[in-house]
Amino acid sequence: MSPDLSAFLYLVASVCFIMALRGLSSPTSARQGNLYGMVGMGLAIGTTLFNDAVLSFETILGGLLIGGVIGTLIARKIKMTALPQLVAGFHSLVGLAAVCVAASALYSPDVFGIGGMQGIKISALIEMGLGTAIGAITFTGSIMAFGKLQGFIGSKPLVFKGQHLFNATLLLAIIAAGTWLTIHGTFGAFWVLTALSLLLGILLVLPIGGADMPVIVSMLNSYSGWAACGIGFTLQNNLLIITGALVGSSGAILSYIMCKGMNRSIVNVVLGGFGGDSSSGSGPAASGEAKPVKTGSAEDATFLMKNASSVIIVPGYGMAVAQAQHALKEMVELLKEQGVKVRFAIHPVAGRMPGHMNVLLAEANIPYEDVVELDDINRDFASTDVALVIGANDVTNPAAKTDPKSPIYGMPILDVEKAKTVLFIKRSLSSGYAGVENELFHRDNTMMLFGDAKKMVEQIIKAMEQ
Amino acid sequence: MSIGTRVVEKTTSLVHNILPPETHSVEVLAGTADSGVFIAGLTVFALALFVGYYVVWRVTPALHSPLMAVTNAISSVIIVGALVVAGGQAFDFSKIMGFVAVVLASINIFGGFIVTNRMLQMFKKK
Repeated sequence: MSPDLSAFLYLVASVCFIMALRGLSSPTSARQGNLYGMVGMGLAIGTTLFNDAVLSFETILGGLLIGGVIGTLIARKIKMTALPQLVAGFHSLVGLAAVCVAASALYSPDVFGIGGMQGIKISALIEMGLGTAIGAITFTGSIMAFGKLQGFIGSKPLVFKGQHLFNATLLLAIIAAGTWLTIHGTFGAFWVLTALSLLLGILLVLPIGGADMPVIVSMLNSYSGWAACGIGFTLQNNLLIITGALVGSSGAILSYIMCKGMNRSIVNVVLGGFGGDSSSGSGPAASGEAKPVKTGSAEDATFLMKNASSVIIVPGYGMAVAQAQHALKEMVELLKEQGVKVRFAIHPVAGRMPGHMNVLLAEANIPYEDVVELDDINRDFASTDVALVIGANDVTNPAAKTDPKSPIYGMPILDVEKAKTVLFIKRSLSSGYAGVENELFHRDNTMMLFGDAKKMVEQIIKAMEQ
Repeated sequence: MSIGTRVVEKTTSLVHNILPPETHSVEVLAGTADSGVFIAGLTVFALALFVGYYVVWRVTPALHSPLMAVTNAISSVIIVGALVVAGGQAFDFSKIMGFVAVVLASINIFGGFIVTNRMLQMFKKK
């Protein structure tokens, strides 16, 4: 295949990828977008197979077959609640693949036309170093994120003394190794660079707590894009550069949205350690030992909701853990039969990855028109009879607006306190991820429903059917 | 002209002189090996960043999970680099690395697109 033709087909593939992202602007066009993505990928792989450098196909077909079968099996079997760890796991593979490609480019540069026996061009080495370092950080960082989401590694932030100093030193060492690689182009430099970057990936994610995972998963998403970009520059391949830039900016934007949802800077999240110490709450909240709390039963909740004209449900990570979405759907149906208007309010950082709640609710067949984002629904709480909070806490805490000393001060929250009655389904009175007690629990118009989210919803359904 | 580019050009011309002519034709993945290549790549990169920025901001927040899954799948386009080495004639370290990368990337490609599709199925209009 002539270089011009393959470059043209790569361009078509890039456009397909852009269309794939473009499709996601609405649920109706999204599946068509995904189709574009697959066509683009098929085109990219097909074009490469006609490359003059590809002489034997056994290895390639073997690799595609093995990878394809594993990937298909995983993607079909995975439960929707395990989605965040799946995505984190997939990111790690991109990172490792980037390192492998960089290594093969270093060992046989002639295949890619980036240099021969006299050594590789300096520019290619710089890009290769960048791609490798980012790829390696993505690899181990994503594995750590996977472990935390899956529960292999405690989701509590792990912090040790002098951690930031150590990480900074490590970063300098990586830059030094990269420079060494650039000047001498030796294999040793490459592997030192890789090893140091792998270590940094681990150390970067260890100090980050579970609820900050949406930011970290988005950040690693972004990194996997930049790694692809680095390799694209090395191999002088525009398709890789374009795709890497798309993925990189997508991940960066998601990280930004998540950070804004918590009113924290990306630096603050990356430095980690947030929410590890549950005693770090603000003064008055921490000392509130025996404030009165109104507890209710499933029957009470049923009575309140059946007699309401509108209900807004606020789901959080607790709903995902208890897998309560299907029971919730049933409850919503029953309420709608009674003529109650039911909607869902989604906080940007609810759950463990961007859009986590939306997927779970969609899985339970809850129409997406009923699922509303924070900015669009917040005004409606004031005219709502019942706000039902399931497994969420910090995202409803009014301290974010009233208490400048609170760690979550300034974070946008769902104004559930404006509803006539607030129902909390929670396992205990414990504070949320940020370690701040929620004063809403003690208000007169709040009723606590203690128990597992799924069981409680099932009890409510039973009470409704009676 | 900086020292850096001069060195680059020197190495490139050396390489071109030393390598047998058929190796030149293999530069299909690559463009032509001159110093303008980096700038050309950078141009594409900068423009793609802008495209990415505007396209991603238009993605509805409800579909942020599928967005992550699909970007994950398409970033595995890195497989094009892996295919070239995995398809080499000689069995060497590069070929092994290429094979590993092909396996990893195809797990991602198949897994990523299928899981995205599964999610999007659920967002069908009821």
